[in-house]
Amino acid sequence: MTLSTDQVRHVARLARLAVDDTDVPNIAQKLNGVMELLDTMQALDTQGIEPLTNPLDRTQILRPDEVTEVDQRAHLMANAPAQKDGLFLVPKVID
Amino acid sequence: MSLSTQTLKSQLQALSSKSVSSVELVQEQITRAKALNADNNAFISFNADGAIEQAKQADQARADGSTQPLLGAPIAHKDLFCTQGQVTTCGSKILQNFVAPYNATVVENLTQAGAISIGKTNMDEFAMGSSNENSAFGAVKNPWDLDRVPGGSSGGSAAAVAAGMVAAATATDTGGSIRQPAAFTGTSGIKPTYGRCSRYGMIAYASSLDQAGPIAQTAEDLAIMLGAMASHDPKDSTSATEGTEDFTRDLGRSVEGLRIGLPRQFFTEQLDDAVASTTHQALAELEKRGAVLVDIDLANIDLSLPAYYVIAPAEASANLSRFDGVRFGYRCENPKDLNDLYERSRSEGFGEEVKRRILVGTYALSASFFDAYYVKAQQIRRLIKNDFVAAFEQVDLIAGPTTPTPAFKLGEKTDDPSDMYLQDVYTISANLAGIPGLSIPAGQVAGMPVGLQLLGNYFDEARMLGVAHQFQQITDWHSRRPEVSL
Repeated sequence: MTLSTDQVRHVARLARLAVDDTDVPNIAQKLNGVMELLDTMQALDTQGIEPLTNPLDRTQILRPDEVTEVDQRAHLMANAPAQKDGLFLVPKVID
Repeated sequence: MSLSTQTLKSQLQALSSKSVSSVELVQEQITRAKALNADNNAFISFNADGAIEQAKQADQARADGSTQPLLGAPIAHKDLFCTQGQVTTCGSKILQNFVAPYNATVVENLTQAGAISIGKTNMDEFAMGSSNENSAFGAVKNPWDLDRVPGGSSGGSAAAVAAGMVAAATATDTGGSIRQPAAFTGTSGIKPTYGRCSRYGMIAYASSLDQAGPIAQTAEDLAIMLGAMASHDPKDSTSATEGTEDFTRDLGRSVEGLRIGLPRQFFTEQLDDAVASTTHQALAELEKRGAVLVDIDLANIDLSLPAYYVIAPAEASANLSRFDGVRFGYRCENPKDLNDLYERSRSEGFGEEVKRRILVGTYALSASFFDAYYVKAQQIRRLIKNDFVAAFEQVDLIAGPTTPTPAFKLGEKTDDPSDMYLQDVYTISANLAGIPGLSIPAGQVAGMPVGLQLLGNYFDEARMLGVAHQFQQITDWHSRRPEVSL
């Protein structure tokens, strides 16, 4: 499948990536080179084959739902780009 | 010969016989690594003061009778592993100031074993790349020829070991990122079975494929390192319950009667002629010692490349959604609203290849194309796994080339992503199936190293390392080092 420049803009929006209008044709061209490789899969009939999600075919390990971690708030907040009173700051979202 | 360029095992013997102190060795290693880094850029950051402090403690611990297996030995970590209190960049601008709040389990395990990290090695951004040219901190140069790439994504770890900056380093492999750089730099590297090493504290690329492993000069050093790195970890929900074991146990085992499968699909016109003949010569050495070479078919292996380049970007697009400029990482200047904050922080923080894979993954996961790409790729993944399971009923090991060609020139493949992806054609099937794979030096073509790849059955790393060690007893490719000027 080939992506149009409009589809590239749409996917970029879904992925929360800003793209310059002038770059879109170049991005589309390189993406379509990759898509050409991916489309070689379509030649194989895989009807009825069970998809493989975990390579060991194992299910995820569960643990008892108990609090085991110590409070790391100060450590974790140390990397925040903007914060106040122990809260992450973002641009205003509600007027 | 200086101890700083010797194997991990030699260094451990020197430390344990007290012919050198950890402080002396660590200091010598840091001095050498810093000097060489100006040329090859294998390290993103050094931890000189911290390493010397740990070395003092290691010397004290040895005086007090400690017998930790890696006590006082200098190593390096790929900058994808979180190291508490140190900047952990994953090769990306978006994490250039990120100070990890905790240690990855692999880092913790090696620290508990007594190893000392002298610094963090360079890598393709978020482990996406096969040349190390996608690093936000500059490309790594191959110590064998500074005009050539060291491979990727663990190019920094491989170059560091090749140049004797450190005897062993941690690395990760999602589609070949340990084996391909090991092949390009004349080093040895193993990607263990999926789940053998914990992913906790490894910055995620593609969670169903990511696996940590070591790069070192020899198979024996790999066995020592892997023994310390592997563990069952309740903090990683896909961690294998097998945990660690003594990976050195088969080093002395003969290859007599060993059945080695050679996939016909690996020896096609895609493979460089000189690499093909080097591979056959290497296999003939094992045959001379009694191994039996058997042609096999892995019928669906040709589709591993497209299946991988759907699954890995799909998982990456989900994993990398956490980088949004809010809780950690790079934030753009003057965002006009929340969406602008997300979009510009990500666009300015991520490099071109990372953005391309996020776009491919987002597209493959979008509602209209989910079945055609993502489900299809997972079905092919099942068929590839089935091919390996069937093959291991006939043979003990599978062997072939690690890469189609030796190391290529810097800039040679940067304009065509699909051409770069072909680098991984022989390595990615092991990640899709979750089986272990390793690469060891098998010869040279025009002065550049060539790797031999061994693929093994699930959790059969000890046997594979034994075969690799036997090969290194009868050849000396692993002990050839590039000439580097200090």
